[in-house]
Amino acid sequence: MIEYALFFAAICYGVALLMDLWRIAVGPNAADRILALDTMVINVIALLVLYGVWRGTAIYFEAAMLVAMVGFVSTVAYCRFLLRGDIIE
Amino acid sequence: MNFVAELLISVFLVISGIFGFVGSYGLIKLKDSLQRLHAPTKATTLGVGGVLIASMIYFYAKTGHLSIHELLITLFLFLTAPITANFIAKAYLARNVNGEDLPDSATTYGWSVYDDPPENMPEAKDV
Repeated sequence: MIEYALFFAAICYGVALLMDLWRIAVGPNAADRILALDTMVINVIALLVLYGVWRGTAIYFEAAMLVAMVGFVSTVAYCRFLLRGDIIE
Repeated sequence: MNFVAELLISVFLVISGIFGFVGSYGLIKLKDSLQRLHAPTKATTLGVGGVLIASMIYFYAKTGHLSIHELLITLFLFLTAPITANFIAKAYLARNVNGEDLPDSATTYGWSVYDDPPENMPEAKDV
């Protein structure tokens, strides 16, 4: 039963990633693209944890934690660049 | 692994999958950029939270001792989600909204997105 639920959740997050990619391609402005990239990071975190449950190891939590941190920093850096034209003033 | 644990894990996984899907579906469905800011919060809170609760139950049922470090990811996302939303909204305002169209800031200074901070910034207790 867990396998079916895992496959269902993985398919959901895979389709969600495709929809984020559509929003990145279409736009229409830069804030939308940053938001879609941030959502992609969230979906990848969920997919990593799902893969960890599927394989039965806890190694992938560290990877998910790192992806969460890097995703946050990159989103803030993108927005900082749009706001001020510079990341660290 | 007993049946109750499997059922709980499957229910949490299905709920989180649905919410992750809904978050990105809202991202392509909603009309306005600031409306679209609302949709992915579902994927951040309920989507990732459901997956992490499911994995906590799974590893508790498998190994017998409760692991807390899944909650670190949830805590980190809960702390950072408002900050990223605020930054994205400010980036949208700075590039797409004219500063004169906004209501008055009700202070002697303008909105921080459009105006530089004043030269003699008062202390926080004076404001």
